[in-house]
Amino acid sequence: MPRVSKRKSNPVKSSEPAAKKITKEVERIDSFFASYANTSLGMIDPEGVEKLCSDLSVEHTDVRVLMLAWKMNATKQGYFTQDEWRTGLKSLHADTLKKLKKQLPELQKEVAMKENFEDFYRFSFRYCLTEDKQKNLDIETACLLLNLVLGPDYNLQVDSFIDYLKFQKEYKVINLDQWTNFYRFCQEIEFPDLKNYDDCLAWPIILDNFVDWLREKSTSA
Amino acid sequence: MSLLINIDASLSCWLLYTAVSWAWGIRLTLIKMNERKTINLEQGRDFMQKGITKLKNILEGLPEPQFSSEEYMMLYTTIYNMCTQKPPHDYSQQLYDKYRESFQEYITSTVLPSLREKHDEFMLRELVKRWSNHKVMVRWLSRFFYYLDRYFITHRSLPPLNEVGLACFRDLVYTEVNGKVRDAVISLIDQEREGEQIDRALLKNVLDIFVEIGMGQMECYENDFELSMLKDTAAYYSRKASNWILEVSCPDYMLKKVQNELLSVYATQLLEKEHSGCYALLRDDKVVDLSRMYRLFSKIPQGLEPISSMFKQHVTAEGTTLVKQADDAASNKKAEKRDVAGLQEQALKEAFEIFCNKGVAGSSSAELLATFCDNILKKGGSEKLSDEAIEDTLEKVVKLLAYISDKDLFAEFYRKKLARRLLFDESANDEHERSILTKLKQQCGGQFTSKMEGMVTDLALAKENQSHFEEYLSNNSNVSPGIDLTVTVLTTGFWPSYKSFDLNLPAEMVKCVEVFREFYQTKTKHRKLTWIYSLGTCNINGKFEPKTVELIVTTYQASTLLLFNLSDRLSYQEIMSQLNLSDDDVIRLLHSLSCARYKILIKEPNTKTISPTDTFEFNSKFTDKMRRIKIPLPPVDEKKKVIEDVDKDRRYAIDASIVRIMKSRKVLGYQQLVMECVEQLGRMFRPDVKAIKKRIEDLITRDYLERDKDNPNVFRYLA
Repeated sequence: MPRVSKRKSNPVKSSEPAAKKITKEVERIDSFFASYANTSLGMIDPEGVEKLCSDLSVEHTDVRVLMLAWKMNATKQGYFTQDEWRTGLKSLHADTLKKLKKQLPELQKEVAMKENFEDFYRFSFRYCLTEDKQKNLDIETACLLLNLVLGPDYNLQVDSFIDYLKFQKEYKVINLDQWTNFYRFCQEIEFPDLKNYDDCLAWPIILDNFVDWLREKSTSA
Repeated sequence: MSLLINIDASLSCWLLYTAVSWAWGIRLTLIKMNERKTINLEQGRDFMQKGITKLKNILEGLPEPQFSSEEYMMLYTTIYNMCTQKPPHDYSQQLYDKYRESFQEYITSTVLPSLREKHDEFMLRELVKRWSNHKVMVRWLSRFFYYLDRYFITHRSLPPLNEVGLACFRDLVYTEVNGKVRDAVISLIDQEREGEQIDRALLKNVLDIFVEIGMGQMECYENDFELSMLKDTAAYYSRKASNWILEVSCPDYMLKKVQNELLSVYATQLLEKEHSGCYALLRDDKVVDLSRMYRLFSKIPQGLEPISSMFKQHVTAEGTTLVKQADDAASNKKAEKRDVAGLQEQALKEAFEIFCNKGVAGSSSAELLATFCDNILKKGGSEKLSDEAIEDTLEKVVKLLAYISDKDLFAEFYRKKLARRLLFDESANDEHERSILTKLKQQCGGQFTSKMEGMVTDLALAKENQSHFEEYLSNNSNVSPGIDLTVTVLTTGFWPSYKSFDLNLPAEMVKCVEVFREFYQTKTKHRKLTWIYSLGTCNINGKFEPKTVELIVTTYQASTLLLFNLSDRLSYQEIMSQLNLSDDDVIRLLHSLSCARYKILIKEPNTKTISPTDTFEFNSKFTDKMRRIKIPLPPVDEKKKVIEDVDKDRRYAIDASIVRIMKSRKVLGYQQLVMECVEQLGRMFRPDVKAIKKRIEDLITRDYLERDKDNPNVFRYLA
């Protein structure tokens, strides 16, 4: 495990030095937080987030920012509370800007892990629900988000599905169930031949319609 | 023969019991799914073969105990498991083939030999027995292999099990023996013509086979049997005819006699046969597909056409005309004195004609059936028919309803038409109205008819209410409306919903509304009155120059006419703005008053249609020989609204059904859920699978259900 502190490593005689180590870490995290936080709000606001991004040399629309939010279990898009900040950075073991930057690739690997990705995928949907009690995502935002999170791994399916979403008129929003099942679709269904898609199963209707549309296109082409 | 009947009877009782335990069986199977071992093809086939052999033994009359519910369940479950195992152990195709092979094997080894060794009447008896056996075997095997019917056959667009089974008999037995059978039948008929006694029941059963083996098409009956039969008949009667001509002098009388002979014999035979054939289908096989039944019945009018025209000619002398157009059929029927049995046949025949002529899809049948009822029950419909005949027809209608999938659509149309009949006093006979409601209630349950019954009672209450109103008026002479006013107060829940428009009432009527409102306040303060002017009628006196004529019109029409008390001439626009109605309504109104039979208003220009640039003038020269005339206003086409309303109700019904099922099951697979939902709602309508899926998704977003974490095809109920 990489050393967190620059101090010489002392044999752990009692919990005191360890506790001290931890407190030092928390202190650094907090001051890290403070350097971006909006003091009147008590949290990092969109402006602060932008500054953080530029310091990390990432675009604020970069998927890694989303991953960071996931790590923090952030609730409100564009804002990080102190608790969220602490949670995220502690588990990343990054208490300075430099360390955080270094951890980003690790974070990406972590998200890509099978057991985490689905959670991250669902998180990203909920994270984009900006209004109170909002349950659905408008088509445009959904398309952007799909590209961002699934584009790299499943770009064929995502491109196709985005085309369809823009073409169809029945649905104006996407709900979490449809969102979740699209990922399952990408994982389970052979693309583009769609041979093993069975619409007698409980796929959401939007995917049934998507498959019908694709099949029709391929026969008429 | 008698042994078979016993099996069949106990079969149906027993199956009722099994259906319940079967459902449990399925649930147990589902829950056990994770634990089950894979059945390989060899094992599965052997196991099924045991069951099939047992069935054959029972059919052959060998000492073999009946199937126990466990045995039945095991057989069904084996098939189910073998079809739902993951590849390469999903054996649907092999099982489908096995199903067919079972019949082929049994037929070639047992059935055909037994037929080949018999002749004439004995062969006919054997055939009837074997056919009956075969149907039982198909029914049983189809139930064991039922799961294939659920998905496999629709997936691969293959013929369903029932068809496969019946086709085996057709292809192996029927094709071989039908020639011999036909000859045997014709010789039997000839025997009877010669005056011998024959077994008519046997004949009927054999002819039924010809019909049933066609499986919905009458080709087999027509091509294989009827053609020969007709040829033989023609030959027989031409021989006979020539004999008779020799015996009696008057040639005309003879020909008529022959014609009658032919007519009555042929007609009764066929009519009887078709008649009982229909009932046989209705009675026996509940699994008969609706479309199949209709295809069969569509043959009846065609089959009876030559007879009808002969009949018509024969009977014209007595002054009866039969109108065969689908729409006119029921309403213009002018029945004269005729044999009640023939009438029943006619009514039934025309009902089916309506179905056939208008094409045969779920919703239109529902509407047409409701229209047919309306025609029977309203004044001027079938008044000349005897009560018994009407009762019988209503009985048949209700029976038919069992085969209509969109019962809720029928109910809605029926309700709408019942409302018109009740409110416009168009009902012919109260007894009949109540009678059909009782029959419907027996067939479909109390919920089906509760609103309609409410409507009928409402009218009785309304009459009471009216007498109270009249009392009130006589006690309070200062609050006179100035006109004779009758108000019918209806309970909203029972009656179809009516849009109430903001019609600008003429001043005289406004006063009436006021007075009644005041009266009603004295009776109850907790109810809200909404006036539906579109349903009212008015009797107004038209003071025309020649003479005064009383006009019976709707409130809308009256409001229009009363405008002309203040001006002799009005334009379309003026009328529309004064009445405050829509273009559609105004056009309808003005048309009924100026372009229809009675021209109370003179339209300029004198064209057949109304346009917004027309002007209208009171026709002071109008007259009619009657002193009182009714000016009809054709009703708006309610069909679209009815369908919309029913669709909305269905959405709620599906929601409720899904929640009910999930609440009791807690966890359930998608396909199971759909199946149970379809079954639950089947009493009223056949829900579309896509519609059910949509409602499930909606319920997920409303947090009634969620998908299982491990299996996205399984749902959980969220308390």
